Amino acid sequence: MRLEPRPEPTIGRLVAAPAAAVAATAVVAGLLVAAAGASPFTVFWQILKGAAGSQFALFETLTRATPLIFTGLAVAVAFRAKLWNIGAEAQLYAGAVITVVLGTGAMPLPSYAVIPVSMGAAAACGAAVLYGPAFLKTRFGVDEVVTTLLLNFIALLAVSMLLDGVLKDPMGLGWPQSEHLAREARLPRLAEGKRLHVGFLMAIAFAGIVWAMMSRTVLGYEMRAAGHNSGAARFLGIPVESTLLKTALISGGLAALAGYSEVAGTKGNLTLDLSPGFGYTGIVVAMLAMLNPLGVVPAAIFVAGIFVGADAMSRTAGVPSFIADVVVATALLTMVVAIMTTRYRIRRG
Amino acid sequence: MNGRNAEGGAAAALRLSSICKRFGPLLANDNISLEVGSGEVVALLGENGAGKTTLMNILFGHYVADGGSVEVGGRSLASGDPQAALRAGIGMVHQRFTLVENMSVAENVVLGTESLFAAASRRADEAGRIESLCEEIGLGAGSGAIVGELSVGERQRVEIVKALYRNSKILILDEPTAVLAPFEIDSLFEILRRLVRRGLSVIFISHKLAEAMAISDRIIVLRKGRLVGERAPSETTPDELASMMVGEPVALPQVPARNPGPVVLELRDVSTASRSMRINLDRVSLSLRAGRITGIAGVAGNGQAALASVLSGTMRAASGRLLLNGAEPKRWSPESALAHGVARIPEDRLATGMIGDMSVVENMIPEQRRSPRFSRNGLLRRSDARRFAEQVISEYGVACSSPHMAVRLLSGGNIQKLILGRALDPEPQVVIANQPTRGLDVGAVAHVQERLLAARGRGAAVLLISEDLEEVMALSDKVSVMSGGRLSPETDRGELGIRELGALMARKSFDGPQAQHAA
Repeated sequence: MRLEPRPEPTIGRLVAAPAAAVAATAVVAGLLVAAAGASPFTVFWQILKGAAGSQFALFETLTRATPLIFTGLAVAVAFRAKLWNIGAEAQLYAGAVITVVLGTGAMPLPSYAVIPVSMGAAAACGAAVLYGPAFLKTRFGVDEVVTTLLLNFIALLAVSMLLDGVLKDPMGLGWPQSEHLAREARLPRLAEGKRLHVGFLMAIAFAGIVWAMMSRTVLGYEMRAAGHNSGAARFLGIPVESTLLKTALISGGLAALAGYSEVAGTKGNLTLDLSPGFGYTGIVVAMLAMLNPLGVVPAAIFVAGIFVGADAMSRTAGVPSFIADVVVATALLTMVVAIMTTRYRIRRG
Repeated sequence: MNGRNAEGGAAAALRLSSICKRFGPLLANDNISLEVGSGEVVALLGENGAGKTTLMNILFGHYVADGGSVEVGGRSLASGDPQAALRAGIGMVHQRFTLVENMSVAENVVLGTESLFAAASRRADEAGRIESLCEEIGLGAGSGAIVGELSVGERQRVEIVKALYRNSKILILDEPTAVLAPFEIDSLFEILRRLVRRGLSVIFISHKLAEAMAISDRIIVLRKGRLVGERAPSETTPDELASMMVGEPVALPQVPARNPGPVVLELRDVSTASRSMRINLDRVSLSLRAGRITGIAGVAGNGQAALASVLSGTMRAASGRLLLNGAEPKRWSPESALAHGVARIPEDRLATGMIGDMSVVENMIPEQRRSPRFSRNGLLRRSDARRFAEQVISEYGVACSSPHMAVRLLSGGNIQKLILGRALDPEPQVVIANQPTRGLDVGAVAHVQERLLAARGRGAAVLLISEDLEEVMALSDKVSVMSGGRLSPETDRGELGIRELGALMARKSFDGPQAQHAA
């Protein structure tokens, strides 16, 4: 088998590729479900119902999608510039920590300033966390895949240390959790009694902003140029190293906003299970979106829906909710293949 | 028909019948039929994008034709199977060699043909066979030589030995002379003639008319995917072939006399020490004057890349000085080169000149992206960029279906036109052109040369680095030869003939400090 380059992909193919990837994923997951002794159709129906079958379910899905949009954007921006940020998880926790510090009154802020200041501070912290690996990459050629990945574990252990130390809630009955944010530091909810909060709208707004930045600004142009062909970019006078550093700041900042919105919007405090791998799932989201910032929104909602729906499904159908992990992982793999088929055709022989 | 091929009745060594191949809207091969007799040299002549490479890729099984068939020695060849093509005795020498540099000649030759479990005694036999092939081909270095230490011409011969070792009956040479010095071309032709006498068939792909006429028994001309004509060299002229290739008569460039202006860009005793360069500069001095084309001739890989990199700002000199308008710029980089009006036309168009995955429009603005022309407050002025791209497309006659298509889908000539259009607007002070016409068809070559002459006419200082000696001689006011990282003293236009310059190119290097010419 060989790969033969295709001419410009058509719009049809650009849409058909992800659709085929999703269909292939459904087949694989269906076989696994059947192997577990349940009917794939019932299970898929249950997942769909659990993800979007009611207002409650839908709001849950969108709540879950919010951090995934942020981490998906973070990864999409970085990958577009070929900065392999595998550390959105660490940046997310960095943002969460600073949100708790500011939101629980470490700094006397007027109430109207709490939200913007802690958002900005969270983004700055996440940016700083990714700046280190990016600096090491551009200055010394240290592989950022390794450094960003390992920082995830360091971040998690650091958060654990903080939650058992200075950030520990004195009223927390000994649990490793932080104090709850003050009222004025919380993001308002979108509907009374629901968990969905303003962070979701912010995430969508950021998707638009990031899209405009990538396609309409000189900086976005430089990031794409550096990612597509760093040698040519350098020759053409684009400062590739400083572009990568700027990319790191933006990507790290976006990932940290996931942590901010989870703490200030969804949870209200910081625990060690704040993120069930939102940073890693952001990679899947970004790949499903083919690194298009606008595509990140539906991709994040799709992935979130699978997780939320699978939780509901496992309660009724008795198939373990781990099926969601299988679905998402398979979707990533089929998507990578699908993206390849938009650029190459496979020839036998 | 030619005498060697007139044995009549015998099956052709190779027959292509009605080959068609379409890539999207582009018909790369349109119903092409041709025959090659045994012991015949057929030149396949055509512009870039005429369909030569596609046709050979189909023959070699890299592509599957949409229609038509291939017969080798009377038997039809399975399509889309390179292994079948190899077994049928088709050997190809690509423009870019596929050799492992740190292995010996013999190891390279057997690579991929040898079973892991081959007996040692058989290996000894093979070694003898390779040695005798090397002798026959005139590879003086012998089969034990390490490929990395061989010259380009010698490496090419290793490729030929490789093909012969696999019992090729049909040898395809893709632009074999592009990398060779004149004297090496002569000996390549000598070798080919000897092989042909033994019954080998040769397909010689080229766009150089003189060479096609010198070596071949028959010349087949392709244009825009079609076979437009077939001639014996004795019954045609270069003019006729050129007009068959481009469809219209081409004129050679006229170089009007012009008084040069002041020195704009100057190198003084510049040496480089880069590990990424095979050959570094060794005390090179060079001055580029306004309104003058300085030509650097030389066999590829003799330091031209380092010279262009230093002037373009992508590489730092280890010692020596670079002066711009008489002063040393504080920091010499691609950015500062651009800021000072130094336009660069890079050797590798698609790898360094353009970002293949981005659109034509986006590729027209990288060097000026921060100027008020194409951005304001960090926002791209996309309609201005598109207008500029459309202007260059129409002014330079770039063949592309839309300014928003990815550049990687364009042919080399069209990419070069875009690079020129980008580099020459706004008018530069200096133009550094490294191999600006390499691999281009006659029409595009003429266009590029015209533009360089026009830049000279407007008072730009032009540096023309080219392997094409005739081009350097035709365009340059001053000519130097580069060899082994050193530059020969500058000579005036017409001072040295092609043989003398060729002899300079063949020298390993130039001794002593480079003579300064204060012209």
